[in-house]
Amino acid sequence: MAPPKNRRPGFSKRAQYSIFISYLLAVFGLAVGLLLLVISKADPAAFAVIRAAGTEATAPLSRAMAGTGSFIGNLGEEISAYFHAGSKNARLQRHLDRAQVEIAESKALKLENARLRKLLQLREENPDAIVMARMISTSASSTRRLGIIDAGSMHGVERGQPVRAAEGLVGRILEVGPSTSRALLVTDGDSVIPVKNAIDGVPAIATGLGDGTVKISAVNLGVNPFKVGDLIVTSGSGGLFTPNIPVAVVIRMSGGNGIGKVLASPATSDYVIVQPVFKEQLVDELERVVVPKADGDGE
Amino acid sequence: MTDFLPKSRIDRAPSPLKLKLLPPVTVMLGSMLAAVPIYTDYPIWPPLGLLVLLAWWVLRPGFWPVWAGFPLGLFDDIFSGQPMGSAAFLWSLSFILLEVFERYSIERDFWQGWVFAALAILIALLGGSIVSFGAEALVYANILLPQIAVSILVFPLIVRLVGRIDSWRLSA
Repeated sequence: MAPPKNRRPGFSKRAQYSIFISYLLAVFGLAVGLLLLVISKADPAAFAVIRAAGTEATAPLSRAMAGTGSFIGNLGEEISAYFHAGSKNARLQRHLDRAQVEIAESKALKLENARLRKLLQLREENPDAIVMARMISTSASSTRRLGIIDAGSMHGVERGQPVRAAEGLVGRILEVGPSTSRALLVTDGDSVIPVKNAIDGVPAIATGLGDGTVKISAVNLGVNPFKVGDLIVTSGSGGLFTPNIPVAVVIRMSGGNGIGKVLASPATSDYVIVQPVFKEQLVDELERVVVPKADGDGE
Repeated sequence: MTDFLPKSRIDRAPSPLKLKLLPPVTVMLGSMLAAVPIYTDYPIWPPLGLLVLLAWWVLRPGFWPVWAGFPLGLFDDIFSGQPMGSAAFLWSLSFILLEVFERYSIERDFWQGWVFAALAILIALLGGSIVSFGAEALVYANILLPQIAVSILVFPLIVRLVGRIDSWRLSA
């Protein structure tokens, strides 16, 4: 189709002005958009009210369709599995050979796992949960990783509260509406969580990478103390997150940092628990620093 | 007297409200569909609001004023999870670029429309990542590839759908 003929509106001053003004408005819109962007980068909660209203408006849709979501969520993996079938076969063969050795190792790991589970005391840890709710959507069209939770200020949810699933830490509450709230997921690029190695308690920072993994960088400089397979849990430093919530497992090393696969993938954790903000007693912290093995007290 | 007769089948005009408002409303509905419950570790859902907007741009040249990207982008920001102002800025930018292209183009067909829509999609998605995470976004740009591919490939489908809506819009 040919472009419309209103580009050169002839001698009509009025038509010329209206085109000129529409250009002015476009540039003005561009500038205002940039300004809003700067504001919302400086203060991420600046427009929380508007967005919470938007989330409330679309929540019925999310709720109604929530059951079908995990299928669509896994669709990408299903398709890529099909494309990689050949190379996967060869890889699996190699894995099988290696597995013989690893079976023996895994028996040892199983014992260690049982011990760790006991240490972490997953069940007993959340007697003070604020609410258990469904995660009804994630920001699937944005590079930001946000989850929408089917509970809001009516249920006692407040900004900053940690969110976890049975598998581990999911994120923390960013914006709260009356019956829904948005959580910043652990994998978001803006998410920074104080963590430690579950076994030796080496402190680290877990930063989201936006693709289901986190970068685990040790707080202490020097040799990277992490190795593949390490379990990373929250340290509770600085408050906010209750200590010893599992966060990720180190799957590979990259440039001196560990890359961890987040345990509570949004595709699998449809039910989440919102916890109160953890206010750490200074005494506890001191104790942990002086006696690193203090974590085992729960036994 | 003519009130008793069935409404004439010819010489009818669609309601001006429908003519004017249907396109923006479809764009807004597209933006709101970002609420579908998809749980992913990486972005995969196409920016439907933008795709519908571009589909109208392909089908009805001259319908959108140059500034249309700003209000519709702002509405999209409410639902997408991007920082507020992200789409308002990027859609405005895309619209100004599309306008420049239209000024210098002589003829326009669907294929050209698709190519330019693809560019606008690229601006919106890559730009959206950059405004969220800065230059670091370029390092992890491969996360965006599935979403960009899905968005570009699904575009002709959206154009067909919007074409259907358009014929209903023009019917009285």
